Amino acid sequence: MPEEQEQLFTITIDGVTIEVPKGTTILNAARQIGPSVAPPAMCYYSKLEGSGGKCRTCLVEVAAGSTKDPRPMPKLVASCRTEVMDGMIVKNVTSEKAIDARHGIVEYLLINHPLDCPICDQAGECYLQDLSYNNGEVGTRYEFKRRTFVREDIGPYIQLHMTRCILCYRCLMVADQLTDSRTQGILLRGDASEISTYISKAIDNDFSGNMIDVCPVGALTDRTYRFKNRVWFLKPVDAHRDCDKCCGKVTLWNRGEEVFRVTSRKDPWGEVQIIDGKAAWICNTCRFEKKKTDDWIIDGPTKIDRHSVISTNHYVEKVIPPDPLKEVLFGREPLLLMDIQETSEVNSQDIDLSILPGPATSTTFIERDEQKEIEEADAERLAINDHKKP
Amino acid sequence: MSKKLLLDKINVPGIKTFEVYRREGGYQSVEKALKMQTGDIVEEVKKSGLRGRGGAGFPTGLKWSFLAKPEGVARYLVCNADESEPGTFKDRYLMEFIPHLLIEGMITSSFALGSNVSYIYIRGEYDWVADILQAALDEAKQNGFLGKNILGSGFDCEVYLYRGAGAYICGEETALLESLEGKRGLPRIKPPFPAVKGVWGCPTVVNNVETICAVVPIINEGGDAYAKIGVGKSTGTKLISACGNINKPGVYEIDMTISVEEFIYSDEYCGGIANGKRLKACIPGGSSVPILPANLLLKTAKGEPRLMNYESLADGGFITGSSMGSGGFIVLDEDQCVVRHTYTISRFYHHESCGQCSPCREGTGWLEKIFKKIETGKGEMKDIDLLWDVQRRIEGNTICPFGDAAAWPVAAAIRHFRDEFEWHVLNPEECLVRNFGLAHYADALEAVTS
Repeated sequence: MPEEQEQLFTITIDGVTIEVPKGTTILNAARQIGPSVAPPAMCYYSKLEGSGGKCRTCLVEVAAGSTKDPRPMPKLVASCRTEVMDGMIVKNVTSEKAIDARHGIVEYLLINHPLDCPICDQAGECYLQDLSYNNGEVGTRYEFKRRTFVREDIGPYIQLHMTRCILCYRCLMVADQLTDSRTQGILLRGDASEISTYISKAIDNDFSGNMIDVCPVGALTDRTYRFKNRVWFLKPVDAHRDCDKCCGKVTLWNRGEEVFRVTSRKDPWGEVQIIDGKAAWICNTCRFEKKKTDDWIIDGPTKIDRHSVISTNHYVEKVIPPDPLKEVLFGREPLLLMDIQETSEVNSQDIDLSILPGPATSTTFIERDEQKEIEEADAERLAINDHKKP
Repeated sequence: MSKKLLLDKINVPGIKTFEVYRREGGYQSVEKALKMQTGDIVEEVKKSGLRGRGGAGFPTGLKWSFLAKPEGVARYLVCNADESEPGTFKDRYLMEFIPHLLIEGMITSSFALGSNVSYIYIRGEYDWVADILQAALDEAKQNGFLGKNILGSGFDCEVYLYRGAGAYICGEETALLESLEGKRGLPRIKPPFPAVKGVWGCPTVVNNVETICAVVPIINEGGDAYAKIGVGKSTGTKLISACGNINKPGVYEIDMTISVEEFIYSDEYCGGIANGKRLKACIPGGSSVPILPANLLLKTAKGEPRLMNYESLADGGFITGSSMGSGGFIVLDEDQCVVRHTYTISRFYHHESCGQCSPCREGTGWLEKIFKKIETGKGEMKDIDLLWDVQRRIEGNTICPFGDAAAWPVAAAIRHFRDEFEWHVLNPEECLVRNFGLAHYADALEAVTS
């Protein structure tokens, strides 16, 4: 018997057309196209049921609802919770409205978020850092008192720093969906609301550590790793061990031989990977107690697409949409962090870093190319002199 | 004197009791409806052109016909009695003085929708009203209008009264349903709409108290008779709760053909502005709708007199018009300060924001703080533009209409009264001791009223 054909919907996002199964959300369709058109998401986490719709950073403009009803939607829609329709036309980076709204959201989120990135453990793999780098304003217009909280240790492994929280509700969903019972919740409402365990009850559960992985900012941090090192100095290595509680497949973050921290394996969107058809959440034993190299069987270095401090892979282009960015940026090329590849010789691909005696700096190459530079300068001078001639 | 459909018996002594209410012709619609086909009742409500009285004005018959009817799944009717909009108190008036009207409407509507269990979600602050309603529910049950096999028709219906905990956001229908289920009152992300997946995951209709009460005269007198009252798509009668600087604040039942001018100045209704002052501005539909200055309130931008109905109040969109909203008619006289007034509204919305989505959570607090700065004489010109920018980015970007409700009053205040904001900035000391007054609106007003 032939299998029933799955219904496919055609959707166009920023000029790129793709076919996705019925029931896919706009955000997931955009992720299939590639990072350049995927809207950012602060609260949506595809492995957590019911997440999304809260942070509003993924707002997109729907220029045409479907083939049957090609009217545009009156409001921007949250792409993480809106399912695609056949013939839908979505504008993300090409929509001025959506970009403007996103700038607004970043400004709102940063009102009550402290600028303590230099001492924050999340720095380097922080969704909010990434988001405000891409969509933020130069300065803030907020000039009033900001909300602050006292840091709170919830259990032996996790610290809650509520001041940094952006209330994405992901950690509550982890508690609901991965652990037996939820001991933390939201107290109060509005901008006074806070995540709390109520009378600082300790969270004690085998899978509670996953809250740290899903937290988009540094509100929930690993107490065994706090202030030990910066994320970007550590080398991620895939490893596994036999664990009776979880899949045991993790990423070790090493410096030299020392294991500084253990996290679950992340996909290009910063979410936990799906291994053998299941989300590879890890247990607290693997995460907090196995900090020796002997505990693990190393699989090899973690394959990360070439990117910098930001792990959401915006800079590796898989499919290039028909140049929408130029339109948005008034003809300017996008100034992204990884564009440094094109201009800096240190990071250019053709230099073999292993032959250098020490860490490479940009001055390393000055001497080597001195002669070339002089020639170029001469040529320039000549050109100017030529120009001056009548 | 226009015809009254809801409030005609309100002054009968003892109308709160079942006995008097029944003697005055109550519960006739239940008897009539139980003999009808459910589809006919919905059709009758459709014909009446009744629009939701809670604020959005969505046609009730249409809403009822959207209700999904899968086999073997219970359907629910929920009455939204979480009336928390500042300036609106019409539902409390109905429930407090003629509670059986709501119960009668609940039974009739439950039958039409096939709901065997219905809920009245009443706001927590209305504790004495809840007692009145509960007493009325008990009476109705004793007399066989609730419970099993109502009047021998084979239709079972239970109506439960559920008290909220005092949150404005629970007036939003999906937040109400969450609260009804015993969870935190956070609005759900739509779709799915309650008509498909509402309370306990079953198809649900959520209607305002006044809407459900209006079903009673529709069934008694027929949808066509109801549709003849009023004008255009604003059929039937509407309760307006008038308050502010007027001589006779209170709840009035109007038939949507009278003009705003008549409503404010005639002795039958508000009785003019108190203390011989002049009209400055008015919020015609509860705190969340845009404020209108006197000249635009009495006449539309086209120069036609503005009427008290859905279309006329919304004439000109939100640029030169406003909205009927939930019927909370707040009148401001020449002594009132629009900046302070809007500051109060912003403070309310900051306090009541549920904190689920970021623009509303952070933006409403920001708005309040900027307002406080301007009102206390510390404002700068850039703050006015900032207010505009902040409200602009909240509106339409939130999960539920709360964000719009917080943004619209601010937008309208700046749009129509920007000079008053600027006066606050330019006269930081004077604005603490005196109000801006009528300024140039006085001229426009005299031209209209003379």
